Parts: sequence; structure tokens; C-alpha cells
Amino acid sequence: MAELRAYAALMGGQWRSVASYRASFVLELITNLGGTGLDVVAVLVLFRATPTVAGFALPEAMLVVSLSSCAFALADFVVGNIDRLKTYVRAGTMDAVLVRPLGALAQLVLMDLPMRKALRLVLGVVVLGVALRLNHIDWTPPRVALLVVAPLAGAVFFGAIFVLSASLAFWWVDSGDIGSAFTYGGRDFTAYPTPVYSGWFRAVFAYGLGFGFVAYQPALTLLGRADPLGMPAWAGFVSPLVALVAAGAAAIVWRTGVRHYRSTGS
Amino acid sequence: MSVIEMRGLRKDFTVRVRAGRLRRTKRVVAAVDGIDLAIERGEMVGYIGPNGAGKSTTLKMLTGVLTPSSGTVSVCGLAPVPQRTRLALRIGVVFGQRSQLWWDLPLRESFTLLRHIYRVPAADHAARLRRCVGLLDLGDFLDTPVRQLSLGQRMRGELTAALLHGPSVLFLDEPTIGLDVVSKQAVRSFLAELGAGGDLTLVLTTHDLADIERLCRRLVVIDHGRVVHDGTIEALHARYGSRRRLVVDLDAPLPPGFAVPGATLVSTEADGHRVSFDLVADTAGPVVAELAALSSLRDLSLVEPDIEDVVARLYAS
Repeated sequence: MAELRAYAALMGGQWRSVASYRASFVLELITNLGGTGLDVVAVLVLFRATPTVAGFALPEAMLVVSLSSCAFALADFVVGNIDRLKTYVRAGTMDAVLVRPLGALAQLVLMDLPMRKALRLVLGVVVLGVALRLNHIDWTPPRVALLVVAPLAGAVFFGAIFVLSASLAFWWVDSGDIGSAFTYGGRDFTAYPTPVYSGWFRAVFAYGLGFGFVAYQPALTLLGRADPLGMPAWAGFVSPLVALVAAGAAAIVWRTGVRHYRSTGS
Repeated sequence: MSVIEMRGLRKDFTVRVRAGRLRRTKRVVAAVDGIDLAIERGEMVGYIGPNGAGKSTTLKMLTGVLTPSSGTVSVCGLAPVPQRTRLALRIGVVFGQRSQLWWDLPLRESFTLLRHIYRVPAADHAARLRRCVGLLDLGDFLDTPVRQLSLGQRMRGELTAALLHGPSVLFLDEPTIGLDVVSKQAVRSFLAELGAGGDLTLVLTTHDLADIERLCRRLVVIDHGRVVHDGTIEALHARYGSRRRLVVDLDAPLPPGFAVPGATLVSTEADGHRVSFDLVADTAGPVVAELAALSSLRDLSLVEPDIEDVVARLYAS
């Protein structure tokens, strides 16, 4: 309990710091909104050229992209800034974090919670609402539960990917943007129904790494549609499990990374 | 049991060295190369060594920032890395070049945040803060955002931040680096005051040997990751043969072949009117008496050995 208060204090400190630059905060909020929803717009544009993509019509594709968008926006809001770990490692901020009586990951996340990204989440939820109206979903209790769980599980999954790719910095400070291939690349992958992709690429990303379970499989289960790729109807309910596995892997890699932390001179 | 114990402590870093255009070879460098050290409660230990000697690396292993490559280390009976968060509640750390403060917030707010982070009861926090504000003279800038503080002010803030949770061990890495003379004095007398209580164990690394002379009874010198001296400053002088020097101005020149027990003549200047002796004995009295019997003394001075010289010789050897 006292620990939660400590984390809350950290978050409060971050907010007050941001608030001390009010004008720049508002400006960032607005510019951030600009880039938001581009993934949704891309889907809309695609469907102006063709009525179906890999057998999916616009409303179904909208459901997929909105689930992906909600999950990613939530993950990006909470842990997205962990990709600045390389800077923290280089600047030695990590040293200061490690001598405090709190978890390192939680501190780094809360020290830099990007309020400006909160609006993206709102937008994602709005698009999801629209997508649900456009489709005719046969609501059953398990489907209602899935609707709530899927974006959260997707967020946990993306969060794990963020942490995993940021952890590279512990071994390799110059990790550059390799991590983005999996975070932002992963978001783009999940924005479309999986059958759009093919071959080994689909096998690796959708099933090997689990990106197929973020939005595509839950969307199929919600719609009650058979998977053209042959996964069973209940595959959508597996998404929390996939998220947990990813989170577990991320936790292990993070902890190993912290032990490998080399700090910098002085 | 000692507050701090290190046994065979070692930290290796792998460095990649360019060998040819594309090839790179790995080389293992020992930053800390087998340190055995025990520090008792209430001790104030100065930890010195040239750049890259392994001072900071040792400190980071003691505070749980770095994992040792081998050997054991315990602080307050805890293993720093596995029990990092528990240890953090018992130690205070000031890294001269890393801030614990919130850059954009007033100093006072940083302290309040730290109170929550360390879960300090409000009354204890208030009492400790009052003491620090008094001793370090923080009153004038408590409400100034940290980014606007001078280095000296910020360092006083950092010291306070490290002490508000009442740690039993305080680690200071270069606490006086870059400070002006006045700020250095303020920091030193504050630390001396803290140490006078006898409860707080203090380990400080520094380049400024005046910090050590002023504060630490015990001096640990490391070089290339190894302890090359552990003891008092006096022991260091004794070991490296640094002596107090007696410089005397005489009215009559010193006769050639003059010798006196307890001192060795090192130089004569001004045609024998100014002579310098290295004192072997503990007291200068008999030597001065002998000289006074020889000729009237115009002036005399006793020069304490310079620790900088000793340490420079130590590094060079």
C-alpha cells in the first residue's frame, strides 16, 4: 500500500514537471493528435480502392484496426517511453533509479508518463465504438468479456514488446531503432487481418511472435467468423494467455538486462 | 559484524577493440580486481585513486547498481543487487554527476516526493529536513526549481535528499567536484558534523585530498582495481617516508659537517643561512635546541608533509 503511494508520488512529480511548461504541453498534445488515427485512415483509403481485402469487408477490417489501435495506444501511453532506455543508460539516469527503493521499470515508466499520448487512447476507443456499430455482432456473455479483455491483453502484449525491445539497450547501447521494427512494425502488422500477409513472414509474426492474437483472432471470435487460416473459433480467447507469455518473457529479459547493466564512467 | 564487507570483489568489463577495418576483438578489463575490505559502523572512509582506478565501480557494486563479476559484497547485512530495494531504504547515495532531484520542480517538492518514495513518517521527515536546512543553509532556495540552482546549491540539495530517510550508510561519489571553495567548506563541515554523531558510516570518493584530510580517519587508496593502501593518513606518510620538514633561518651560516640526531639535513641555501631538515623524530624540540646553541635563530617553520605528493608518488609507483 505504502509502495503504491510511492509510485503515485512519482507520477505526481512527473505531472507537475510537465505542467511547469504549460504552453509546450498543450502544443505537444495537439501535434500528437495529428499523427493519431493514421492507421485507421490507411484502412479507409485501402477500402476505397477495393471492396474486400483477403475476404474481409470494411466493417470487419475496421474492427481489427480499432482493436489493434486501442491496444497499442494503451501500451504506448503506459510503457511506450521505455524506448528511451538507451538515453537513460547513456546519461546515467539509470544509476539514480537503481538506488531508490522501488522497481526500476515502474520508476522509469512513471517518471516519463506521456500525458500527451492519452488522447490517442480516447480516439482508439471511439473508433472501436464505431466499428462495433458497423458490424452485426451476436452478443453473448463470453463475447462481451472478450471485448473488454482483448484490448487489455493486446496492451499487455505490446507493453511486453516495448520492454523487450528497449532491453536491448542493456547489452547494446547503440541499439538504435531495431526495437521499433517490433513495436511500431508490430502495430502495423496487427492493423490488418492476418490473411493479408503470406508465407514465412505471416507464420513468424502472427503465430511465432503472437501478433495474430492481438486484434485479428479476437475480432474473428467477436464476429463469429471462421478463420480462413484454419485456427479454431475459440482462438480469440487465447489472447490473454499469449499476452501473459509475452509479459513473462519480457520480465525475464528485463531482469537479466538490469543485471547486465554496465553503467557509465564516473 | 561490519557494516560493509567486500571479499574478493571483482568487476570485469568486456571492451571491444577495433582490430583492422571490420574485425573487432574482445578484451576483458578488470575495473575492480579483487578487493577485500571491511568497514565498521561509524567509520568515515576516504576512497581515492586516479581516474579509472575503480572507485565508482566499487561504489556502484556497494549500492546495488552493478552486479559483481565475482566475489561477495554485503552492506548492512544485505546483498546489494538481489536485495536492492531493501538496501536502498538503509543507504543514502550522492553521485556527484547524477541528480536525485526533479529538475523542473522546486527543491522542496523533490524532498516531499522522496518522502513518499522512501515512506518516511511525516514527523521524521520534517525533523531531518529542518536539521539539513539549518546546517546547509537551504532556506533561501527551497522554493526555487532545481534547474535554476547553482552547482553548490544543488549539491547541498542532493546531500539533503540522500539523508532524509535516515540512512545508516552514506555513499558519496565526488561530492565536492566542481564546487567553489566556500561550497566545498560548507559540504565538508556538514559531513564532519554528521560523522561526529558516530552512527553514520560514510564512504566517500574524491579527487580533492583536502576532503579526506578534513573528514576521514581512514584512507583507502586503490589503483588498477586493487587496494594499494588501507590505513590512516599518518600511516601512509610513514610508509612512504614522507616526513615533516623543519626550515630554519640562521644568523650565522651552518658549519659544514653539522649533524644532529633525529633529523637529516636536506638542503642549505643562502650560503648556509637557510637550512632544511627532514624530521625523523616525533618532536622538533631537540633539533631546534641544537641549532639555537650554534647560532641565533632568525626564523623557523615546520612544514607538514603534503598528501598530494605522497599520493602522486603512490600512483606513479
